[in-house]
Amino acid sequence: MAQKPVDILAVGLQKQYGDIRALQGIDLSVTHGERFGLIGPDGAGKTTLIRVLCGLIRQDKGTFQVAGLDGMRSIRTIKSILGYMPQKFSLYPDLTVGENLRFFADLFHVIGAQRQSREERLLHFSRLGPFWKRRAGALSGGMKQKLALSCALIHTPAILILDEPTTGVDPVSRREFWEILRELSDRDGTTILVSTPYMDEATRCHRVGFMNEGRLLATDTPDNLIHGYPYRVIQVHGENLFPFRKALETIPGVRSVCALGEYLRVSTEKTDAVVHAIGDRLTHAGATGFRIRTVAPLLEDMFVNLLESGRVS
Amino acid sequence: MAAGIEIDHIPGSSRKAAFRRLTAIMRKEFLHIQRDPRTLLIIFILPIVMMLLFGYAVRLDVKNISLAVADRDNSAESRQLIRAFEQSGYYHITRVEHGDWDAHDIFLSGEAVAVLSVPVDYGRSLSEASPRPVQFMTDAAESNTATIAAQYAQQIVLQHTLATWDSMGLGHGRSGVGIRSVILFNPELESTFNIVPGLVAVLFMMACALLTSVTIVREKETGTLEQILVSPVNVGEIIIGKVLPYVILSSLLGILVVVFSMHHFHVPFEGRPVELALFSLVYLLCALSFGILISTKARTMQVALMIALISTMLPSVMLSGFIFPIASMPAPIQLITRLVPARYYLVIIRGIMLKGATMSDLQEPLIALGIFAFVVLTVSVKRFRASLE
Repeated sequence: MAQKPVDILAVGLQKQYGDIRALQGIDLSVTHGERFGLIGPDGAGKTTLIRVLCGLIRQDKGTFQVAGLDGMRSIRTIKSILGYMPQKFSLYPDLTVGENLRFFADLFHVIGAQRQSREERLLHFSRLGPFWKRRAGALSGGMKQKLALSCALIHTPAILILDEPTTGVDPVSRREFWEILRELSDRDGTTILVSTPYMDEATRCHRVGFMNEGRLLATDTPDNLIHGYPYRVIQVHGENLFPFRKALETIPGVRSVCALGEYLRVSTEKTDAVVHAIGDRLTHAGATGFRIRTVAPLLEDMFVNLLESGRVS
Repeated sequence: MAAGIEIDHIPGSSRKAAFRRLTAIMRKEFLHIQRDPRTLLIIFILPIVMMLLFGYAVRLDVKNISLAVADRDNSAESRQLIRAFEQSGYYHITRVEHGDWDAHDIFLSGEAVAVLSVPVDYGRSLSEASPRPVQFMTDAAESNTATIAAQYAQQIVLQHTLATWDSMGLGHGRSGVGIRSVILFNPELESTFNIVPGLVAVLFMMACALLTSVTIVREKETGTLEQILVSPVNVGEIIIGKVLPYVILSSLLGILVVVFSMHHFHVPFEGRPVELALFSLVYLLCALSFGILISTKARTMQVALMIALISTMLPSVMLSGFIFPIASMPAPIQLITRLVPARYYLVIIRGIMLKGATMSDLQEPLIALGIFAFVVLTVSVKRFRASLE
């Protein structure tokens, strides 16, 4: 199989704001047609990285390419071919849905019959047709995001960059939105770089990059990342287990204990001895009627682990 | 490495596309103005209210000064003098006495704000080398009125004396004739004539500086600036597209104010409209450069509004010579007025409208405005680019 071309390539990107090192050497490559998710806590540098790639801010060091174009020399061309959706809703609230779309069509010189057909297609997938004359400011959160996406797609960009597009959007709209993204990359071959604070959204990407403190800590497919998790995750179900949390933490081989409502989530070394020790300790402490279950680790577990090991080192 | 995307055509590279972007931004700006009627109200209603207010209510010239007369001479000449006061149109005479009285009581009672006292033998002394002086007293509690009333009185007495001499076949070379000041260009001292040019200066500053800064900051506040920067659009197109609608609007408004004032208040237009239009564009350039500069500093629309009001509107009203003459300001303040573009523009627009001045008469203020526009525009565009990071 032929190697797929790289649409977004970053090499050693660095950016500093005063004392804050927002990017500390980012290497990233996103191949053609790929959905790449950037994940990480607030202040990890996701937005800074995206803004550099869109040419909104200039990096201090390092280079990048978008669609094979050099980020320093050809930034105007890059800006012209990218589709970009910023974190904040960034359309004109006093303009109607139609006026917003038309404005962006004009900016990208999408005119005539071409505009007509694209508008129709975008209205179809976003289901914003009935709201053509409604002011953007009067739309619901989910519809606003779909309008923003429509405006970003008016020139059918081959590369789409989105910064936390679903923050503050209800779960149903979120799912719809991701369905659109999936279609864009799977059917149209659009390359998508998307940052998100939601783990479930990260699993919908082909590959995920986990960022923290300006560094890209791990990059792989969600499955590989989960398989690479070095510990076992067990859940202890039962009533009133919360007080026993502390007792479990002192068992050798237990990495962390997390109380999640109905159950305790414990990550341990991969030995059966630890599981037995947990049962013994709970019985000894007076807990009754509990059940211990081994479960599959989540992406979240992997990232918590990455964060912690990063802190230790 | 092979790129996965073939860029056969870069959107926005043609001149036609650039023109389309510019008109799109302008059209959008007009939509904003239309959708937010408050802005429209401010720029249309305010100048009209100001003009009516200044044209009718706030009069800097004085009419109908109440005058009490003590005519102790009661001769033909003294009655003529009193008639001259009456006919001047500046005074209305509340009463005429022939005896003596205390002016103090009249001022206290508010019956009159000025008292004219004609001495005994005034009529007879007129044919002498030095006629007996008349006394004119004013209530200076209203100092502005008092000064102007006294000035008018001087003129009337002087003219009456000269006319009497003429009729007696005297005159020419006689002593006792004081300064005869002649007021040109606005002989009636109509303050509306001065108000209208000043109003245009303030209006242009407001419409351009204030609205430009607010509209750019709004785009920053809503994040839309960031959105449109990731497109083929460039900074120049954004600035021109956003600013041009306000230039057009304020030009229309300027024309409206001038035409209205000519028809309604009979303000003269002695010079050439084309020259005024051209020179006004230089001033507008100053104003909108200020607006851009403010937009690079302000983070919210409210802040932009406040900065614009304080830094452009107030100086244009207070320090331009619009209301207070620059010559009577303290020296340090006079220096500051040199930094107020409205000061130069006022010289230009007053010159063209009231005096019929032409380019050659107005070189100095034009050069000053030109330098202003160039410096502020260069700095503001540079700052604007830097502020986008």
